[in-house]
This record gives sequence, C-alpha cells and structure tokens, in this order.
Amino acid sequence: MSTITEQQLEEVASRLGLNRRGFLKFCTGVAATLGLSSTAGIQMAHAVTQARRPSVIWLSGQECTGCTESLLRTTHPTLETLILDMISLDYSEALCAAAGHQAEAAKHAAMEENKGKYVLVVEGSIPTKDGGIYCKIAGKTMLEHVKEAADDAAAIIAIGSCASWGGVPSAGINPTGATPVHEILPDKTIINIPGCPPNPYNFLATVLQYVTFGTLPELDDKGRPKFAYGRIIHEHCERRAHFDAGRFAKEFGDEGHRLGYCLYKLGCKGPETYANCSTQEFGDVGGGAWPVGVGAPCFGCTEQGVGFTKALHEKSEVTTHAPPDIFPPINAQSGEGATATSAGLLGAVIGAAVGATAMTVRQLGKAEKEAEKGAEHAAAEEQQ
Amino acid sequence: MSGHHQPLSNRKLITLPSLILAVLAFIALVLLAKRFAFGLGSVTNLNDGYPWGLWVVYDVVVGTGFACGGYALALVVYIANKGKYHPLVRPALLASLFGYTLGGISAFIDMGRYWNFYNMFLPDQMNLNSVMLEVGLCVTAYCTVLFIEFMPAVAEHYKMQKLKAILEKVLFVFIAIGVLLPTMHQSSLGSLLIAMGYKVDPLWQSLQLQPLFAILTAITLGFSIVIFEASFVTVGFKRSSETHILKGLGKMIQVMLSVYLVIRFGDLAMRGVLPNIFDGSFRSFMFMVETVLFVVPLVILSSPQRRNRGSMLLIAAVSMLFAGALYRFNAFLIGWTPDASNSFVYFPSTEEFLVSIGIIAMEILGYLIIVKWLPILPVDHAADHAEPHGKPASQPEQA
Repeated sequence: MSTITEQQLEEVASRLGLNRRGFLKFCTGVAATLGLSSTAGIQMAHAVTQARRPSVIWLSGQECTGCTESLLRTTHPTLETLILDMISLDYSEALCAAAGHQAEAAKHAAMEENKGKYVLVVEGSIPTKDGGIYCKIAGKTMLEHVKEAADDAAAIIAIGSCASWGGVPSAGINPTGATPVHEILPDKTIINIPGCPPNPYNFLATVLQYVTFGTLPELDDKGRPKFAYGRIIHEHCERRAHFDAGRFAKEFGDEGHRLGYCLYKLGCKGPETYANCSTQEFGDVGGGAWPVGVGAPCFGCTEQGVGFTKALHEKSEVTTHAPPDIFPPINAQSGEGATATSAGLLGAVIGAAVGATAMTVRQLGKAEKEAEKGAEHAAAEEQQ
Repeated sequence: MSGHHQPLSNRKLITLPSLILAVLAFIALVLLAKRFAFGLGSVTNLNDGYPWGLWVVYDVVVGTGFACGGYALALVVYIANKGKYHPLVRPALLASLFGYTLGGISAFIDMGRYWNFYNMFLPDQMNLNSVMLEVGLCVTAYCTVLFIEFMPAVAEHYKMQKLKAILEKVLFVFIAIGVLLPTMHQSSLGSLLIAMGYKVDPLWQSLQLQPLFAILTAITLGFSIVIFEASFVTVGFKRSSETHILKGLGKMIQVMLSVYLVIRFGDLAMRGVLPNIFDGSFRSFMFMVETVLFVVPLVILSSPQRRNRGSMLLIAAVSMLFAGALYRFNAFLIGWTPDASNSFVYFPSTEEFLVSIGIIAMEILGYLIIVKWLPILPVDHAADHAEPHGKPASQPEQA
C-alpha cells in the first residue's frame, strides 16, 4: 500500500518494541494464514499503523479464560502487545486495567462512541436456564449483556468452543442451559472460532481481515471461517501415513505410541473434526507442537457433538474411509493351493499307477513260479 | 523286418478299459475346449509366480522323459549294435511317438498366446540364444522323425512294398537324427533349469551339470519305460514273458543310475548343500523321497538273480519312473521359488489334473488300438497257439 510511509512504519515498530522488518514479517505471516498474498500483508501493516484502531468489546461468560490466555501466549513476535495496539480493546474483564464501576463505565462509553462500528467478541457460553441467573456481571445476566452489546456491533465473533457451540458448560445434562452466541442472536451473523482453546491465529486472521478490508471471511454452515475449519484434521495429519498403512498405537507408552504411530485406536477424533491444528500447530515453536503431534489424541474440541460429548477413548467415525481391522500383509499370498479334490486326484493317480504295477508284479511272479515248477517237474520226470 | 511283428488283430477293440480311457480322454477334450474358449485361468491354477504348472512339468518335461524309450533303444540297438533288443524297438517307438506328440501339443495348450506359436519356425523371428527355441524346434523335429521311423509298420500292414523299400533305404538317416535330437533337447530340458538360476532350490540347481543330469535320467527313464510297457503287455495281453531281453536293460539302468547318483551327490557335496537334505523342510523331505526312489532300483538291479525275475524288473522300473518324474517335479515345481518373499502358491487344479489324466488316457488308448491294428508287437508263438483255444474272445482283457 503506497500510503504507508517509512515514518509510520518506524513509529509502529518502535511502539511495539519491534524493528521494521519484524513487523512486516508478522503482517505477512498473518496474511498467509488467511491465504492472502504478501501484498495483503503490507495492507495489514498499513491498517495497523492507522491511528484509529477499531474498538473491541470482549465479553466473558461461562468460560475459563483459556481463549484469552491462548491469545496472550502467541509470543512470536510479542503478540499480546500487538493485539492491544492493533485494536482498541476497550473492555475485557481479564485484561482491562479498570475494575468495578469504572470498567463498566468504560464499556458503555466505548459502545456509545463507536456505535455501529465496534467488534463484539464473546468468550464463553451464555446460561439461559432460570432467566440466565447462573452468570452475572455488574448485576446483570450474561444474556442481557450479550443482547445489549450485540445491538450496535459491526461484527460479532464467538471465540472458543463454549461461545461457538456450548463447549464444556453445555456438556452432559447442561445444568445451566449453556447456549452458544448464535442461538441467543439468531438474526445476526456470528463468526464462530471454536476450539478449546482455539488457535489464536484463526481469531487474529479474522480480525485483521475485518480491520484491513472491512469484510468477514467466508463461513461454513456452522459459522466457522472456511480458511481455518474447511478441512478435517485427519486430512493433513502428520501421522496420516501410519493410519493408511495400518500402524496404530494401541495404548499409551507402547511401542507404536513411542514410534509416533497413528492415535486412531486411542480415540483420536481427528477423522471427524474440522480444524487446521495439523497444519497451523500451536505455540509458534514448530516441530509438531499440537495435540496429536505430541502423542495426545485429538478430542474434537471444535466439533459440536464430539468434544466433551464422546468418550475420550471412543473410536471416531472416519468420514473418509475406515481402516480394516486386519490389514493385508505386504507379501500377500497369491495363487491357489491344493483342494481336497485336486489332492485326492493326485493321490488317486499315484495309487492307480502303484496298484496296476502291484497287480502286474503279482501276475508276473505267479507266471514265473509256475514256469519254475514246470521246469523242476520236467527235470524230475527226466530223472525218472 | 517283415514277419517279425504282427498286429493283435484277433482282439476286440472295444473293451471295458478302453471305454474308461475314452471317457477320461473325452473329459480332457471338453476341458481343453473350455481352456481355449475362456483362457488358461479358467482351467488352471497358474499365476504370475508359477507360469509353468502341471501341464508343462508333467506333460512336457516328465512326459517326454517317459517317451524316451524309442531313443534309449535306438542308442542301444543302432549305436551300440545290440541286435537282440530289436523286437522291443517298434512298441517303444510307438510309445515315444505318442509321448512326444502329446508333449508338443501340451506345450502348445499351455501357451498363453498360442496364436504366436508359428513364429518359432520363422528364421528371422528366432532367438538363437534361447534354450526354449532349441527345445521347441528339437521336439517338433523329433515328432516328425518318430513318425517317419514308425512308417515301416504302416507300409507293412498295407503291403506298400515300394514305400517300404524307399524307407528301408533312407531310414538310417532318420534313425541317426532320431538319436541326435533327443540327446540335444533332453539335455536342454536341464539347461532350462540353468536359465531359472537361483529360483531353483540349491538341492536341484547345479548350473553346469543340469544338462548331464537331464540326459542321464532321460535315458534311464527310457529303459525303464520299455520294461514297464513290456511287462504290462505281457500280463495284459497274456503273452509270453520278455524278461530274457529286459534283464539286459536292467543292467544298463543299474550302470547309468550308479553314475548318475555318484555325480549327483558329488555335486551336492562340492556345492556344500548336503546339510540342506536334513533341514527338515518340505523340500528336504521331497529330496529324500526322490533319493529313496532312485536307490530302490539300484538295490534291486544289483543282484543278477533279481534281474532275472520279471516282477523284480518291473518294481525297479516303476520305482525309477517315479524317481525320474519326482526329480523333474522337484527341480521345476516343488523346489521353485518365484520371488524372494515366496508369496506365491501353486497346486494344480482338479481340471488341470483331469486334462493331464486325459492325455495319459489318450496315449494308452492310442497304444492299445494301434497294437491291435498294426504290426507292432513281436511275433509271440506261444501266445499265438494258446490264444484262439485257451481264451474266449468275449472275456475282457486286463490291458
């Protein structure tokens, strides 16, 4: 983008404690996550350098703050700084400096000031049972907070499995009536970023696209960005070759587990879970740092009806193809062996040959004996 | 030669055994029709690892070995000039003619692309380095030679004096070729094993000596089949015994078998594979069976008393036939390892067996018909006198 100047870049870089090169690299990296060109990365850098940053209201309901924690730990480069600078995080219970009435006042001020322009992020599910009394902030239920904030929001992002489809609070008997955001706000477009926690880059990429282009990513039928949740984990799993070859870890710590075999038989839900964990990985350290990569079967956190629902060691439903219980050996035997009839026939032929020989031998022997007797008889007669 | 042979024309052509043989031959013909209509796979158990099965190994490799009677006797009668064996030549030639012709036809039946068969005879299509070409051409040529050698019997029967005179003049050429050709292709059957290399079990793979083993067993098989045929003809047609001639063949088997076994075991020892005989595998067991079958005739024939007895000669000959057949089965099929992982299995299918049985039936049936039709068997004065009175024609024969 031509409007970005060296001066602006330097300013942002110094504000973030980065050099210019590191900052551009980050933006390009995020663009790559979204599947965009490096030009888009420059555009993102431009957007970030703008003084006016979009206001973000971050609501927390029934959750563990794991999504926030995960986001904070994207440290390459120091991402928590970056997030706080790219966006204007005007309200977040976990991160805001203000507390009590002051915090609540800041939130209302921001919502008023950026009416129709702010981004609403919801973390955690919303209890609806008994009027939603099981989660209250500032004397109001979470249900009311969400509805209130959603009215004037430009975009609504549900981060984490709880906000996306109910997550762990909705598991089992769902005692609080935990409900995902899109069920509370059926008329609004909700971007779901499920995961427990979700990959922070999936969230970041979505936000940056909105910040940069003012658009939202393409969503699947469950409201998830397709760039991140378009494929099954299994499709790009680094252990997929073991699955296809029939090499499975059968219990934790066994030979196959230590050799990095497929975890399917330990209950890995990779074959029925849509997410990019196998390609994006976690923690910015590379080298297979994601659940399956370190030997922990996927439990299907992004998938409603799988995560927190199916038993951990229950075999997943393979949507591509199910492995057979017994794989054919590499050196499969081919050809036909002996059958009862063919072997019997061989026996009969040999038997017939031996039998006929025996009969003939007997006849020959008999004739010879008679001849000898005849000769003796003749000799005896001659002597007489 | 005229007057030395006579047809058994006073015998009935249609008997119970010949009917049974005809049925077996018919079954084989039906299965062969199936083979040509639907391909080899519809009848045989042949596969990529075992392209040669029962039809090649029995009908061609063993079958032509069994058909070496004419060749072995020609060696003795015409090369070694032992005229006393002459009465045995014509029946042996007949058996050889059947054995070789059907062996050649079997090779054709076993060809996946039999319609390319004629290329073997086109000089510019020949691969002169091929052992198969040598075997193929030799066997075809020898079939023709056998037919010509057999012609005097036909000429005699139909009293074609001119043809007979011509034949008598030129026959020595064909007899000479008829000795040369089997020497070539029977040893080439051993060379086929050389070409198979390490796929043949070390117990049967001896590279340089393969042709020698093949020719030695072929000649011993030839002598044995002559004894076998003569014994069955004696008993089956109730003719007088030919033991006084056959015992000489017994002596020759004994000598050749001794030579064979000494070289065979010497070779095994030289190559250091003698321990393989005792490794307890199926192949080692088959080797032991084969060796026992070779040793039995050697023991029987080592005593002149036993050689004088027709029954003992027959036991020795049959044991030798089994030994020679098993040797060839072992080398070509049982000791055959098509690939390193040994992932192929083969056992002839029932239909394959029925075809081979049918071909044997055709040979025996043809032999029975022709000895009753043409002057093949030597004149038997004792039987001639006994037959019309002693044995009513209605009584079924044994053969």
